[in-house]
Amino acid sequence: MTATATQAPELSFSDTFYTSLFDVADGERIRTCLQCGNCSGVCPFGYLMGFPPGRMIAHLRAGRFENVLESDSVWMCVSCYACTTACPKEIPLTPGLLTRTKEEMLLAGNVPTELQDALMNSQRYGNPMGESPRKRSLWTKGLDFEVPIFKEANRHVNVLWFVSDYPSYHPRVQLTTQAMAKILHILGVDFAILGPEENSDGDSQRLAGERGLFEMLAEKNGKAFSKYDFDTIITSDPHAYNAFKNEYPTLGISYPVQHFTEYVAERIDELIPHLEENGVRRVTYHDPCYLGRANGVYDAPRTLLKAIPGVELVEMPHSRSTSLCCGGGGGGMWLDGFQWEKAHVRLSEWRIQEAVNVNADILAVACPYEPPRFEDAAKMVQGAGRLVVKDIAELLADSIGDMD
Amino acid sequence: MSTDVFVVIEHLRGKVNDISYVMLAAAREISDATGGEVLAVLLGSDVENLGSDLAANRIIYMDSPELSDFTSEGYQQAIAAIIQERNPRLVLFGHTSIGMDVASLLSVNLEIPLVSSCLTISSADGTLKYTSQLYGGKIMAEGSLSEPSTLITMVPGGYNPEDGQSSTAAEIIAVDPPQFEGLRISVKEYIEPEAGDVDISTESLLISVGRGIQSEDNIEIAEELAEAMGGVVSASRPVVDQGWLPTSRLVGKSGYQVKPKVYLALGISGAPEHTESITGSETIIAINTDPAAPIFNIAKYGVVEDIFDLVPVLTEKIEEM
Amino acid sequence: MNIVVLAKLVPDLVEELEINDSGTGLDMTWLRLIINELDDHAIEQAILLKEKSPAHVTIMAPDIEGVDDILFTAAAKGADRMIKILGDFEEGMTNHALSRVYANILPDLNPDLILTGVQAHEDLDGSVGPLLAAFLKMPYIGYVAGVSIENGNILATKEYPGGLNAEMSATLPVVLGIQAAETPPRYVAVSKVRQAMKSSEIEEIEASELDASGSTLVERMYTPKVGEGATILEGDLEEVADNLIEIFKEMGVL
Repeated sequence: MTATATQAPELSFSDTFYTSLFDVADGERIRTCLQCGNCSGVCPFGYLMGFPPGRMIAHLRAGRFENVLESDSVWMCVSCYACTTACPKEIPLTPGLLTRTKEEMLLAGNVPTELQDALMNSQRYGNPMGESPRKRSLWTKGLDFEVPIFKEANRHVNVLWFVSDYPSYHPRVQLTTQAMAKILHILGVDFAILGPEENSDGDSQRLAGERGLFEMLAEKNGKAFSKYDFDTIITSDPHAYNAFKNEYPTLGISYPVQHFTEYVAERIDELIPHLEENGVRRVTYHDPCYLGRANGVYDAPRTLLKAIPGVELVEMPHSRSTSLCCGGGGGGMWLDGFQWEKAHVRLSEWRIQEAVNVNADILAVACPYEPPRFEDAAKMVQGAGRLVVKDIAELLADSIGDMD
Repeated sequence: MSTDVFVVIEHLRGKVNDISYVMLAAAREISDATGGEVLAVLLGSDVENLGSDLAANRIIYMDSPELSDFTSEGYQQAIAAIIQERNPRLVLFGHTSIGMDVASLLSVNLEIPLVSSCLTISSADGTLKYTSQLYGGKIMAEGSLSEPSTLITMVPGGYNPEDGQSSTAAEIIAVDPPQFEGLRISVKEYIEPEAGDVDISTESLLISVGRGIQSEDNIEIAEELAEAMGGVVSASRPVVDQGWLPTSRLVGKSGYQVKPKVYLALGISGAPEHTESITGSETIIAINTDPAAPIFNIAKYGVVEDIFDLVPVLTEKIEEM
Repeated sequence: MNIVVLAKLVPDLVEELEINDSGTGLDMTWLRLIINELDDHAIEQAILLKEKSPAHVTIMAPDIEGVDDILFTAAAKGADRMIKILGDFEEGMTNHALSRVYANILPDLNPDLILTGVQAHEDLDGSVGPLLAAFLKMPYIGYVAGVSIENGNILATKEYPGGLNAEMSATLPVVLGIQAAETPPRYVAVSKVRQAMKSSEIEEIEASELDASGSTLVERMYTPKVGEGATILEGDLEEVADNLIEIFKEMGVL
């Protein structure tokens, strides 16, 4: 019996959306979803979402995806990759389903105001905080050596250090940036920064559903990169790292890139002679979602921490691929108020609790969202009063003896 | 050409607005330089009594049913008639929902220059000058007030409203209304603000939040401080526009003028639409991460700090007291 | 119903404002321009009206740097027609001059309703809305925070101090000075704006010669002295908090 279709049936919205997911790398795997519920179970906010990932797929298959879009459930997603990592069928849930859903929400204008402002600012000023681009390298003023800026340097440089938004502008994170500068300086690295020519990498904006904005920012950064002569990019920001490694190449912008921890770990033997003991401390390390789960970098940060004299490295129960998201990704930095109203708990607090439970003195981090998020959370968690949050760069810089 | 200074009195629901007294104070000062008189222009229906404490030499009073509610057209036609008859040197309007609606219309219809956002009027070498506030208070502009006449809209902050008040009623000159033509605007109803739980205009301690509070749930930190201190939370416009606090808490041009003993401004930049409503405060204390925020120009004490860092520390200390 | 929204670009306060060498205006070197916030509200209000009942929305703006972006963004939100006014605007123009330009162009567009932000940060000579209304001999209501149409009349909510509002009715055509749209300006995705850039065109109209009479020359522009103001409290959080408590006690509020 043959089926003859004389007219193609009109595609429902659910159908069109479903097919669009196949365009994402490995997107077709969504057809093989078992509805096992792993994703919804491991999602840190899954219990609160009207439509956690598994249920989103069910509604999609039932042709009822409109229900998902009418709710604001998807804005609880922090793009932490837990679901994607847990899925037995390896469906690209985060970059595919969740991000595409947010894109549709955005196109329909269904966006929480906080997020709106961050996106608007990214468009206008090249950073989500709405700060003047002219002030992007003001953080260099606190250093007693000069940080070269590409426009002025006018020569071949080995390393382009992509500083990123929060490390440039956020007062707490600027301390981390300065620490990183000190380390590069002491290692004699030939580097330069873009300064005011640098725009947000755009990765979090992409994950928050603003594909067009991401492409616009990538274009601008790509133009800046192509003006100058350098060999490799390093950054302390796992989100920028993810963008340059996995997303920018699809737009034709391709450079070798390393996370700061990878770069320094390769040179750890040069750094060790400068490191002095700064007291014996129990340090636990938080694997950032975009360095760890999303990009598989687990060992380099640990190598660095173990190299610091006096550091006793302990692991929290959730570590490496099961690390607990700080809640900043996927636009989470800009959905704080929205998510708080639904959850009345901040993901970062769970992480702090684990750090307290392993009796850590220091919670070491490697992502610019984390110092402010975890420090805020530490104020709210019982027993976290004496817990100190420091970026690995800060811990390294702190233990560097008198600078030669 | 006359040397008189006219002040268009603003009143609503039986009460003269504060800006009128500010304008009268300005007029009194500058009329010394012009050598003319201060004439208050009072328009309305059966509102003669509102002239009882205006510090003017005389009051031009026009009574007409077409003026019982403020409409830009009614006021425009009435004031045009008065100006054309008497040719004042200056006419002062409030930089408000009343004054701004009318002043521009008159400027075009009578071909008289207009200066707005004026803070102070001065005289130098026989020339009258204006000083106006622009760009959210960040820039001042100065120039001469052209002869024979100029219209001015005034913002508060340059004069003490008490200097515009008088204990004796000025002489009233009743003038006939013009033949009103082509009136197309009418008031259907007035909507009073929701009866709020508090009247911020009478509170002595206000903990006020601005854009820097960033989200609705952060207002909690201000509520906690207010509770610890026995004060009340108020807000600037962006916060109320978002619906995070009701209009009863709005400090600003469209909200309330406040005169607390202490006005604690958290994350408020200090744009004129806001600051003009707090100039009556005894002490303004501002906390803002931007050291160049205009609020620091009018605050007595300032802290360049993140409210999310400082306020909880402050609250905790007060609670422990 | 034919709605025209007038928008302009004004200096963005995110950048430090500096005075030019002659001391009579702003230094344009680092000046960043942004749509006047209240004009953004006017655009939003126009789109909201269009969503409720059939209307044609035209956005007009003077041709200065950044105007294309604001026009295409408005188109992406739902505006039907975009017009850019060509003229010698780079030196800045006064509201009297701009309103005259609009007054020459608008009658041909036959507007029923003209919306514009009730004021802008740079306004020194009144504001565009009422000046234009006078030139066009149309009624004007300013400080409007809500608009609806009823039987060929507009109903506008006018804001007064103290939270008092007045529901005003006026017969069309009318000019309204917008203080706030009923809901804050919506976000429009960059991809939608880019689409608008490909699918729609901005019309151009030449401005008549600028006539600025009615405005006054600025003889001096300056930044108010900072530091005449607040005594800045220094120290770490604990010290500052203690200091504040002392002040509160002195003032008798603690």
